[in-house]
Amino acid sequence: MSVAASQSRTEIIQARGLRKEFTVRVKAGRLRRHKQIRAAVDGLDLRVERGETVGYIGPNGAGKSTTLKMLTGVLTPSAGEVRVCGLRPVAQRTRLALRIGVVFGQRSQLWWDLPLRDSFDLLRHVYRVPAAEHAARLRHCRALLDLDDFLDVPVRQLSLGQRMRGELTAALLHGPEVLFLDEPTIGLDVVSRQAVRGFLDELGRTGDTTLMLTTHDLADIERLCPRLVVIDHGRVVHDGSIADLHERYGSRRLVVAELDAPLPHPPTLPGALLREVAADGRRLVYALESAGVAQVVSGLAGLASLRDLSVVEPDIEEVVTRLYRTPPETTAPAVAGTG
Amino acid sequence: MGSVNATVAPFTTSNVILWFRTFWAIAASGFRRYSTYRQAALAGIVTNTVFGFLRCYVLLAVAGAAGSAAGYDRRQLTTFVWVGQGLLTVVQLWGWTELADRIRTGDVVGDLLRPVHPVTAYLATDTGRAGYAAVVRLLPPVLVAPLFFELYLPARWPTVPLFVGSVVAAVVLSFACRYLVNTTAYWLADVRGPLVLWTLGSGVLSGLYFPLRFLPEWVYQPLWIVTPFPSLLQTPLDVLVERDPTRVQVTLVAVQICWAALLLAACRLVQRRAERRLVVQGG
Repeated sequence: MSVAASQSRTEIIQARGLRKEFTVRVKAGRLRRHKQIRAAVDGLDLRVERGETVGYIGPNGAGKSTTLKMLTGVLTPSAGEVRVCGLRPVAQRTRLALRIGVVFGQRSQLWWDLPLRDSFDLLRHVYRVPAAEHAARLRHCRALLDLDDFLDVPVRQLSLGQRMRGELTAALLHGPEVLFLDEPTIGLDVVSRQAVRGFLDELGRTGDTTLMLTTHDLADIERLCPRLVVIDHGRVVHDGSIADLHERYGSRRLVVAELDAPLPHPPTLPGALLREVAADGRRLVYALESAGVAQVVSGLAGLASLRDLSVVEPDIEEVVTRLYRTPPETTAPAVAGTG
Repeated sequence: MGSVNATVAPFTTSNVILWFRTFWAIAASGFRRYSTYRQAALAGIVTNTVFGFLRCYVLLAVAGAAGSAAGYDRRQLTTFVWVGQGLLTVVQLWGWTELADRIRTGDVVGDLLRPVHPVTAYLATDTGRAGYAAVVRLLPPVLVAPLFFELYLPARWPTVPLFVGSVVAAVVLSFACRYLVNTTAYWLADVRGPLVLWTLGSGVLSGLYFPLRFLPEWVYQPLWIVTPFPSLLQTPLDVLVERDPTRVQVTLVAVQICWAALLLAACRLVQRRAERRLVVQGG
């Protein structure tokens, strides 16, 4: 069954067996060079429903940007089928461009010499958006992204944070159905990063726009993406929620208890695993398995007097680091294609 | 955010109007973009004018006591030089590597993600640039020249519309040539080689360094037909100074239009081939 035939009404992105190969010439002597074919994306399967927000992560060179470029019609896949908004991205690129928005953190799509205001006005004509619709969307973005201070400054004079807010607005003025974001928070300071995240969060919540975002900043993912797709060596190695990822890698919430006086034997609590004893037995760290925080706390309180207590959420960075370090042979077949 | 429902765009009158509106908007932005560099424009005007004096005196020396050379009288030669100095930047033979730079850095991705064909978008921008150059770069040398030299004024009415048409065709043709030179970056990554060849070829063969009529007829006539170069500068200038009868001039402009159409089609073809093998640099 072809991708087009199987695409349901609510599915906005569908890729099956997507592959992109590049030819690399490797030096093999003084004059000789070997041609090597390397797959940047290797049999990728992906389905995204309308209105979803998907985080698409992976180490450098995993094939994230290549995937995005195939989904937007910029790169021609070497094999596989792909549909975005029901269109074939490469063959129908210009039509697809009217229905998607793309933001690259490392490239500008605005006109270097023009002020933002002129760029936005030009985009209205390029995308043929009715004036009233355009004005309403621009008003919305101006309010949420604080654009007013630098609307009349040429793009080349904007700071990175200001430019990125401009890029986001530019990508949304034609009301795209899907917004692709390639590392939108890269290089931004904390304030700008928060502004961009807050804006995307709101955009994702409305459910009108499907967001697909690649990033190396896992805080972006935690804040924005209920669904996480991890890619490595061109293949999907995880597709699910962040909680699924923690589950799969055994990362647990931790309860850290500081006691007034050490206990002779650190107690065993049902549903929790004692992970660490420190500070001469005065600090106990339990990893929660089936037990809840309350059970562990009440269990401990019955045995010793507590001075302090804290709950540590599992660290996504640690999980992802472990995931990236796992050899592809062992991770790839496990969940590839579960999307 | 609401959504845009894109439908198949049939070829109707209203679509053509919309296409022209988009083209016009991009051209207007091209005009604005280039108008931001005022100091560069001023420096260019001064340089053009200085070179105008140099070239003019050389050609007048060639005309010598006889008062004519290669079928041009002194006034025609003067006009040829001074209008040529102005047209040089309108047609813009040299100094455009924007597309090649964007290909090299990978920024060309942004161009491919717009709903307008890249050739159309770049042509529209270039039209705006040419419009700006026509006002700011063509007029000054044309206004300075009469203070020092006697210029040739067209005597036949079809000359003026023919000249305007010829300049427009030359702008489009020059754009197409530059676009093709720039697209070699898709294959070569570094366009300096093709660019040097283009700079050399277009300078000598377009009639910029000397009017091509100074060459023997068996050289310049085939050159005119089988290469686009004379159509870039020599044709509009010959039309303006009425070097030939009107009928010949119409033929020359027709040749120009054919070259412009042919090379624009080539641009689209090359663009399509390039996109198929595109490797976006730098992630």
